[in-house]
Amino acid sequence: MMPAGYLQCLRGILWRELLRFVHQRSRFVAALVRPLVWLLVFAAGFRMALGVAMTEPYQTYILYEVYIVPGLVGMIQLFNGMQSSLSMVYDREMGSMRVLLVSPFPRWYLLICKLLAGTGVSIVQVYAFLAIAYAYGIQAPLLGYLYVLPALIVTGLMVGSLGLLLSSFIRQLENFAGVMNFVIFPMFFISSALYPLWRLRESSQIVYQLAALNPFTYAVELIRFALYEQLHGQAALITLSVTAVLLALAILGYNPARGMMTRKTGAGAEA
Amino acid sequence: MTAPLPQQAASAAGQVGKPALSVQGLDFSYGAKPVLQGVGFTVEPGAFVVLLGPNGAGKTTLFSLITRLYDRRVGEIRIGGYDVRTQSVQALDRIGVVFQQPTLDLDLTVAQNLSYHAALHGMRRGDARRESQAQMERMGVEEHARTRVRQLSGGQRRRVEIARGLLHRPALLLLDEPTVGLDVASRRAIVRYVHALCRQEGVAVLWATHLIDEVQEDDRVIVLHQGRVRADGTVDEVLAQTGTGSLDDAFDALTGADQA
Repeated sequence: MMPAGYLQCLRGILWRELLRFVHQRSRFVAALVRPLVWLLVFAAGFRMALGVAMTEPYQTYILYEVYIVPGLVGMIQLFNGMQSSLSMVYDREMGSMRVLLVSPFPRWYLLICKLLAGTGVSIVQVYAFLAIAYAYGIQAPLLGYLYVLPALIVTGLMVGSLGLLLSSFIRQLENFAGVMNFVIFPMFFISSALYPLWRLRESSQIVYQLAALNPFTYAVELIRFALYEQLHGQAALITLSVTAVLLALAILGYNPARGMMTRKTGAGAEA
Repeated sequence: MTAPLPQQAASAAGQVGKPALSVQGLDFSYGAKPVLQGVGFTVEPGAFVVLLGPNGAGKTTLFSLITRLYDRRVGEIRIGGYDVRTQSVQALDRIGVVFQQPTLDLDLTVAQNLSYHAALHGMRRGDARRESQAQMERMGVEEHARTRVRQLSGGQRRRVEIARGLLHRPALLLLDEPTVGLDVASRRAIVRYVHALCRQEGVAVLWATHLIDEVQEDDRVIVLHQGRVRADGTVDEVLAQTGTGSLDDAFDALTGADQA
């Protein structure tokens, strides 16, 4: 297969994912409404209760709304990553994963293309959200909107790889409700998305420890610092490493020889 | 595939003189449950082979192994002479697949579905458009190019899937129960069409089904039952082997009366 063929393949997968996204307007609206409710209702209500003292990377005292925007950006990507994982379980049941996997390109390449496509869709959602937040008055430095792009690619790949890995384990669609309860909610709530880590530490040592171990915390911090034109080295390193590990495991999970795909049981095995 | 390399153009079907598909000594099990045991057969270039077996015979599993969806198995599978395991790029590029379950994107148009498939095979956009047009015309769905698949009938969707399977000009077309869920007229039309395709284009076809009336006189028949090949030959040879007068009786004899 020639290098140009690889690019055609990536282009095709990205394009299909965007087309599907465009056709599912309700998904786009839902993806926007969720963080907007948090921003406009929850954060507005909590503004009085939770003042955020001056903390990196902010240069002044900030409103609570300003603090949670990067966390909500992470939330958009987290939901999107898990939704792609849902679509992959669904795809596999419906067979379109088969169409992808009989492509002659190496499987690891196909899976990375699929992840990049999902990340691309999440970035479109993130920028739509940031634009609305900007109009609402939560404005980061303009260059920050550019600097945040590479951060979004890395964090999108991280949650996407997690979703891909989960999809190689999940057998049926019903199990996705479990993913919501046991993956999305803990990852989001036990992180620095809603409260700074030092605040958590003041109230609960255990939650603080868990949040400090949660890779999603570092994804959010990477986004937060990038949005304010700074690179959080530690967060970048951790996010990249976690992405690499999750991605490797996910590719292993889809490996035709060793993977989980053959470990089917019962009547579903032979149709 | 982008523009074919010279040597590929000369041997688009695979390595010269090699069968389109060769399966040797194939064993596969789900956990402790054996699904395929000692399965072996070949499909010659341009041949129409019907893989006949009751539900649960192992047909879909066999297809999953040929397309390398699974690979944990004993035995050898070669497509056009290329080993599916060690030369998967060359091997997979030579097969087109029509899966048992529908696999089109319902919200995308016919043309968009075909274009996605072409990209998965690394085809250039110009080539992809040309081939899509040709295949849609051949399958009689060109007036639906800009129609969303959701609005098409079952028979039309199947024809789009066959067009898609042929888009990258494979030497071997695999169809897994392609007439499931179709009405009688669409079913006959598809059976007839794929036979004609095989004769005119020289594409080798492996057609899995449990419906005996889809077999035509000059097809080769492989009867698969409980994961083993029970018969392999022309219709006449299978009748002679079983000492029966019709393929229906031969099938019953080979698969046991309990399957009737």
